[in-house]
Amino acid sequence: MSVVSAKALSLRFGERVLWDDLSFELERGELLAVLGPNGTGKTSLVRILLGLLAPTSGRVEVCGLPPGRGRSQIGYVPQQRIFDRELALRGRDLVRLGLDGHKWGTGRLSAAQRNRVDHALDEVGATAYADGPIGRLSGGEQQRLRIAQALVSDPALLLADEPLLSLDLAYQGIITGLLDAHRESAGTPVVFVTHDINPVLASVTRVLYFAPGGWAIGTPDEVITTETLSRLYGTPVDVLRVRGRVVVVGTPDDQHVHHVDHGH
Amino acid sequence: MFTDLLAQHFVHTALLAGAVVAIASGVIGTFVVTRGASFAVHAISELGFTGAAGALVVGLDPVIGMIGGSLAVGFVLGLLSLRGRERDSAIGAVLAFGLGLGVLFLSLYQGYATEATNLLFGSIVGVSDNQLLTLAIVGAIVVVGVAALYRPLLFSSVDPEVAAARGVPLRALSVAMFLLLALTTAEAIQVVGVLLVLTLVITPAAAAQRLTVRPGVAVLLSVVIALVATEGGILLSLEKSWPTSFFISAISFAVYLGARIYDATGSRRR
Repeated sequence: MSVVSAKALSLRFGERVLWDDLSFELERGELLAVLGPNGTGKTSLVRILLGLLAPTSGRVEVCGLPPGRGRSQIGYVPQQRIFDRELALRGRDLVRLGLDGHKWGTGRLSAAQRNRVDHALDEVGATAYADGPIGRLSGGEQQRLRIAQALVSDPALLLADEPLLSLDLAYQGIITGLLDAHRESAGTPVVFVTHDINPVLASVTRVLYFAPGGWAIGTPDEVITTETLSRLYGTPVDVLRVRGRVVVVGTPDDQHVHHVDHGH
Repeated sequence: MFTDLLAQHFVHTALLAGAVVAIASGVIGTFVVTRGASFAVHAISELGFTGAAGALVVGLDPVIGMIGGSLAVGFVLGLLSLRGRERDSAIGAVLAFGLGLGVLFLSLYQGYATEATNLLFGSIVGVSDNQLLTLAIVGAIVVVGVAALYRPLLFSSVDPEVAAARGVPLRALSVAMFLLLALTTAEAIQVVGVLLVLTLVITPAAAAQRLTVRPGVAVLLSVVIALVATEGGILLSLEKSWPTSFFISAISFAVYLGARIYDATGSRRR
């Protein structure tokens, strides 16, 4: 059984058609990068998978369940959002909320659950700062804790929505590496929404590319090509490979698609 | 004289009423502070004043009007669940108009002006046994309500995006929290008055955030600080006949300053 199964999905907002007839299956062990410029429905796809948004038509299942019920199987990593400096919350508490934050009452963790929190913290290398105030940590450290928060419920699918945004290059590598390591060790597939494929290029198995003129899915070599992207954008686009990086030139919003330079 | 007063029934009632209000305020305050909704507390309390003044005009119990006014605003604010600047200006606009209405109601009201003063600045020593019972019931609703909602309330307060992804109903929780806050505010108005509600609902919780890194401990500390301020304030006002509300706000502010210093020295590590 596929972890994600999307059949003939379409999404419209009023007159505007974001995509039509989108179908794909996601299997265990895959890393699917969801790419494309702003406003093409990348985040909407995430919200559909989480059951927070209904597609205009079509059907989607997560682990064979409709999205609203399947979301307990999903570990979700959002964009980095800095916590207030004075917030009375430890990294450990954030991770724990990923385990039982949706349940009513005050609740206590069982010994087994405490072990899972410890294990998740250990897996991302955050044990050393898990007991201090979370608002005093760097953005990269906070994002590590978010990975632990997503992993602690032992999800069948990891869903990351621009998890690298506003992180420096070193931390982009660390966060990607953590998601990838879990994929390799546990087989947990990853849906990785990003505007820049380069940080994940080495581990991506497939790419889902949204553009104003349609969508395409396939391996990076099939999708991120001059031909495919020119067709999707409806305008001549050039894909260059420079020192193991992909650079796309000539899209209407060049700078949004693939950063040419990370400025170091 | 102090010990004579301590033996008086009205003093016992006041201390009990103060304790009830302090516990409810300390508990809900933590979530208000975490959500950055302090300004909303002010709006709810001023609209509680409007409700009370309106009730006086039509000859109803002002407490009923106060609870009605607070709940109405709490419900609307919870439903809107606005964020950031939009929330600030919306609350400011509603608050100002509500207060204007309150002024009108007071001018229409032909009764004693002390009622209005009590609403604005509190009258803890005037609490009757019946009112104490009401306070206790409402306080219990707040504490039980927060306990029942504790984990999803914390989750949605500190980490709304992931909470939503895990299926936590953000809007329903926001409405529930603001309704519990409105009940608390209506209680606190009776102790410290409309203008000083923040001293019980916000200051202790804000201080507690700087004393610990554990969310559960923050709730407990917030309650303890609110209790110390309220009971200390009542006792001090027996000794020296300055307003109770002044002493309560002074103690709670002193603790807040101390907490900021404690945090600034880097003591809040674990």
